[in-house]
Amino acid sequence: MNAPHTPTHPRRRWAEFAIEATIRVLGFSTIAFVLLIFLFLLREGLPVFFEKPLGNLFGTRWYPTFDLLGTLPLILGSLLVTVMSIAIALPLGVATAVFVREVAPPWAREVLKPMIEVLAGIPSVVLGFFGMTLVAPLVREVLHVPTGLTAFTGAFILAYMALPTIISVAEDALDAVPKSYRDAGLAMGATQWQTIWRVVVPAARSGILTAVMLGMGRAIGETMAVMMVTGNAARMPAGLEALFRPIRTMTATIAAEMGEVARGSTHYHALFGIGIILFLLTFAINLAAASTIFRKRRRGGLR
Amino acid sequence: MNRARFLPTQQRLPAPRALPPTRRSRAPFPRRGGRGFSFLPAILLILCLSALAGCGAPQPTSRPGSHNAIQIKGSDTMVNLALAWAEAYMQAHPEVEISVSGGGSGTGITALINGTTDIADASREMKAEEIASAKENGITPVEFVVAYDAIAIVVHPSNPVGELTLQQLSGIYSGKTTNWRQVGGEDRPIVLLSRESNSGTYVYFLENVVRLGKKESNLLFSPDALLMPSSEGISAEVSQNPNAIGYDGLGYVTAGQKVLAVARDPGGPYVLPSAQTVMDGSYPIARNLYMYTAGRPEGTLKAYLEWILGQGQALIATLGFVPLR
Repeated sequence: MNAPHTPTHPRRRWAEFAIEATIRVLGFSTIAFVLLIFLFLLREGLPVFFEKPLGNLFGTRWYPTFDLLGTLPLILGSLLVTVMSIAIALPLGVATAVFVREVAPPWAREVLKPMIEVLAGIPSVVLGFFGMTLVAPLVREVLHVPTGLTAFTGAFILAYMALPTIISVAEDALDAVPKSYRDAGLAMGATQWQTIWRVVVPAARSGILTAVMLGMGRAIGETMAVMMVTGNAARMPAGLEALFRPIRTMTATIAAEMGEVARGSTHYHALFGIGIILFLLTFAINLAAASTIFRKRRRGGLR
Repeated sequence: MNRARFLPTQQRLPAPRALPPTRRSRAPFPRRGGRGFSFLPAILLILCLSALAGCGAPQPTSRPGSHNAIQIKGSDTMVNLALAWAEAYMQAHPEVEISVSGGGSGTGITALINGTTDIADASREMKAEEIASAKENGITPVEFVVAYDAIAIVVHPSNPVGELTLQQLSGIYSGKTTNWRQVGGEDRPIVLLSRESNSGTYVYFLENVVRLGKKESNLLFSPDALLMPSSEGISAEVSQNPNAIGYDGLGYVTAGQKVLAVARDPGGPYVLPSAQTVMDGSYPIARNLYMYTAGRPEGTLKAYLEWILGQGQALIATLGFVPLR
């Protein structure tokens, strides 16, 4: 193979340099934007750590209009809702991916794959409204809790939103398992289910883990749906019954309070502080997912 | 069409062996300038973007009332009323342009202090710190009472409780009373619904009902109170949850909710909220709706406010609020 002809004409060389530089700049601009967003968050959020003692900031009572800026209920609320939503979405997502990839006949596969993409397109406000008017009363009646606006309802709606991500990535992971694995399993006398459950799915383990992490990154940043459905009560989740009581997430707090807060006040800085925590959490989760994919690709293997 | 299918298996051609990479094909596009990597474009980009970050806050608008555009920001409780007034006035005076937006009483007052609005709607009084902050910015806020509002206490229609005293409400909303049984209802847990903390309604309710108007009280809403982002959220929950109790402006109460009668003292008369009971002062949870301007209004702004206090009062009753007279 010959290398392409390097232009010797001066104008063409400059043109090629310019195009290459532009593409390089655009490529690095994504990193630059993320960095600049983080620096902006730091600039607006760090003052709160100097204005208030850490005991106040990580206390258990969030009454910002009365100078009580305890963010612990909010952080725990976000984590609780996210973890529960993944607990609901993971079995459903993996089961759907297994069905679509392994069990469904080809005509069903052609129908299901676009429908799963459609699932991803429903706006979160619509889902939140659906949760508020339909799911919440059902939860209250079926589970006999005082109100249907609970962490569980929020997790349920979030699971629905994380599901398309998990299904797509898990499906790709199952796709990457070579046919020889399945052939080997069947040749050894295993049934189809045994082959799927004990050979194929464990082989796609790291891809499924990536799917979970990407779904988690999606769920923790969701604002509108949780704001309408979790009740926004800043209480410390204690024990298992906290799953079925109202909760307040970090995202809903920022969305509800940022509109009225005075620029430069302690409350303003505290909200940006919450933004920093949220950013770091999402960044860590997405970084872990990306590094798993990268490591797998570099090693060239499946796991 | 896959021709390999028609060949017997042994004759299928072997897959081509991958050739060892030549030095050239590993780096198909020869680099310019000999150096491995050029930082210059990346550095230029970061410098440009950092310069953009120096852009500061938007500059405040010019002095109010000087031309025929009026900006109104503030209370979500008053936003429908403010819109109705604006539309009626613009029909009568087409040369004036009025723009109305919500965001909460706190937002409107902050905008007035920063000089980005001409009128601030507020469903609560300005606090002392806010007045001080305005004076620091060279603004003396002038207060106008433009209407009255009753705050209705709403419960599910099937709730047998029909009346409560202010003291009972204070106990319920501060978290001391947790079961309907304790105030004469069924054996059900009480679910508290409230507006978000940026709402003037929230602040008014906290000061006058939970704290019973006492300045030295430091009671807060119970941490179990659900802070709904809008009146719609409160209506939706109250109309389908028999355990729920909520509060909101009288104009926002929908048909599927039951309004409670409230007494100022235990044993006092229980009064249902309506225009008459607010105007004669017998309903205890009634508040003023304010409009604040920066300094005495002049010109277009003055004409608009005079219109609101005069002819505009006719519109108030249609929106569920209470006119001044």
